[in-house]
Amino acid sequence: MTYLIKNARILGGDPADIQLRDGVITEIGTGLSGGVEIDATGLIALPGLVDLHTHLREPGREDAETVESGTRAAALGGFTAVHAMANTSPVADTAGVVEQVWRLGQETGVCDVRPVGAVTVGLGGERLAELGAMADSAARVRVFSDDGKCVSDAVLMRRALEYVKAFDGVIAQHAQEPRLTEAAQMNEGAVSGRLGLTGWPAVAEEAIIARDCLLAAHVGSRLHICHVSTAGSVEIIRWAKSKGWNVTAEVTPHHLLLTDDLIENSPVGSYNPIYKVNPPLRTADDVRALREALADGTIDCVATDHAPHPVEDKESEWGAAAMGMIGLETALSVVQESMVETGLLDWAGVADRMSARPARIGRVEGHGMPLAAGSTASIVLYDPVPRVPVEPHGFASKSRNTPYEGLSLPGRVVATFLRGRPTVLEGKLA
Amino acid sequence: MNRHLISAADLSRDDALLILDTADELARVSDRSIKKLPTLRGRTVVNLFFEDSTRTRISFEAAAKRLSADVINFSAKGSSVSKGESLKDTALTLQAMGADAVVIRHGASGAPHRLASWVDGSIVNAGDGTHEHPTQALLDAFTMRRRLSTLEGRRVTIVGDVLHSRVARSNVLLLRTLGAEVTLVAPPTLLPVTVESWPCEVSYDLDSVLPKSDVVMMLRVQTERMNAAFFPSAREYSRRYGLDRDRLAKMPEEAIVMHPGPMNRGMEIAADVADSARSTIVEQVANGVTIRMAVLYLLLGGETL
Repeated sequence: MTYLIKNARILGGDPADIQLRDGVITEIGTGLSGGVEIDATGLIALPGLVDLHTHLREPGREDAETVESGTRAAALGGFTAVHAMANTSPVADTAGVVEQVWRLGQETGVCDVRPVGAVTVGLGGERLAELGAMADSAARVRVFSDDGKCVSDAVLMRRALEYVKAFDGVIAQHAQEPRLTEAAQMNEGAVSGRLGLTGWPAVAEEAIIARDCLLAAHVGSRLHICHVSTAGSVEIIRWAKSKGWNVTAEVTPHHLLLTDDLIENSPVGSYNPIYKVNPPLRTADDVRALREALADGTIDCVATDHAPHPVEDKESEWGAAAMGMIGLETALSVVQESMVETGLLDWAGVADRMSARPARIGRVEGHGMPLAAGSTASIVLYDPVPRVPVEPHGFASKSRNTPYEGLSLPGRVVATFLRGRPTVLEGKLA
Repeated sequence: MNRHLISAADLSRDDALLILDTADELARVSDRSIKKLPTLRGRTVVNLFFEDSTRTRISFEAAAKRLSADVINFSAKGSSVSKGESLKDTALTLQAMGADAVVIRHGASGAPHRLASWVDGSIVNAGDGTHEHPTQALLDAFTMRRRLSTLEGRRVTIVGDVLHSRVARSNVLLLRTLGAEVTLVAPPTLLPVTVESWPCEVSYDLDSVLPKSDVVMMLRVQTERMNAAFFPSAREYSRRYGLDRDRLAKMPEEAIVMHPGPMNRGMEIAADVADSARSTIVEQVANGVTIRMAVLYLLLGGETL
């Protein structure tokens, strides 16, 4: 099938036509003809988005999300590849489990699924999982993470960083010093002090990031830092990069937009666990630093940390509620709101931070390519104009734990193409 | 006044004074031989206690009964809650039973805020986690006002585990509203890291603050804090922050000693200080019933006294 996207603004530039055939972009120009025409007048064309950090919950918590529902949500959000985090049940710490997740992704076919392998057996933090077996499996794992838990043992972290060099892997660290965050409920600061909630201090993230940057430099390995949330972390990463060390980092959409004072005061009441997430929402100063870091490239990419939870795990008192928020279907809108509307990033920058760079970090072949003839035809068409309240009932995700319900956000994904085939058309699954 | 009493911050100066003045009137009733008033007849007050607290529960129960309300005591132990029922389902059950007021004690900070979003009745916070305990602050203010005639300009020193204390949080807010000057005294480990943003003074040195105090309120120190390295030992804590007879002597003549109970005698407060004439500890308990009567009366809009 040949598609001809008419009058799309490639990376926000002047209107042009894009012809897709046999999974590849065959031609870009004006006045092209031939193929099924898709009118993209006024729409922005971006390369298909790549998420380094997605919780698809399968196997084990299919009540919250499945590979099928999660990849449908991803496609609706403009993603063409997602990394499925390893903290499933059973944990994705063997070739068998990562291959199962990979196969489920192949079967749904609306978005590529790249399984992340656990660093340690059962996320236990005690001995290395069979990283090589996962790398050599059909899933070809390149990103390893105990996400949700920190690889806090310095020796184990050093070994993991060294070991994955053999197959060009990367350790994605969930930076959280465990002793400093026992029973932690929210960012430690003025709000936690008033609310009487146990604090999650910024230093617990920053201390691990500093240590791991030094370790990565010492052994000459690649390190990726998950969901950076503090201004101090940004400073440390900036310093590590200035040394030429091989450190990359991601930030979530929610850490680019939301702050911890929402827990005290918001339209959905005080102590609403819809805002409970790990790492926690931080302060306005942190948000400002994260935005600037994403703009100047200190933080390489946006990753959603899409974390679905069933209603009952959020409809409770704060202390008993699960941590996490969904984000696949709102990511691009939140990035537009926090980065584009503020003038910090143009659409070429968005494409770089949400497609090219995450694809490079995850070694995801066939993704994150420039919109040019010869590239894989994975494309998002995005309308930046409409601004409407977020309505979670329309989400493809099985879960509804979005912090943006009722909030007016700009933009809407109109179409997504995965290797030349539409997965989303007119804002709906194709 | 607000429909709920969840935080001391919910109370304006006028609200707080209305509660204290109403309590003054109700205290006169308590002095009569027949203590019961008919004002809340036919209204239902539920005591929903997820934490053991016999003192507070009995205080609320007595208050509601003296106003002729029907009282339902619901404690988590041995109830559906211990079988895994969620707070929301408990709330919906109470809602279906038609509770006019729910008095809640819960180990999680913010539980009363959540409850308020699920039930129509008035919510009274009887202590939530390490957040607040507003009726304790009201009864403390009531006790201070009776002893010191006014709170305006009075210097109140609160000593102890401020970090984990709901009593301290509510007192700081309410005393500020009522015009008192509050100083918190604690080892730095037992203060929130951002305590400088609170509307009060902070000191690490009890001895320097005592001569300038009209009220010294000692907070209970949980022994488990010691195991978490908040301070080296009970003895060291007691030496640096405990109120003994020597320290009592440094306080101005008219100054009073308060404690929300239960006390660790010999730890934060010496036995002879707790039992001295300057101590208001027993009065606080009696005033607790009176102030809770005033709160229930005003929230449930009882008939005129």
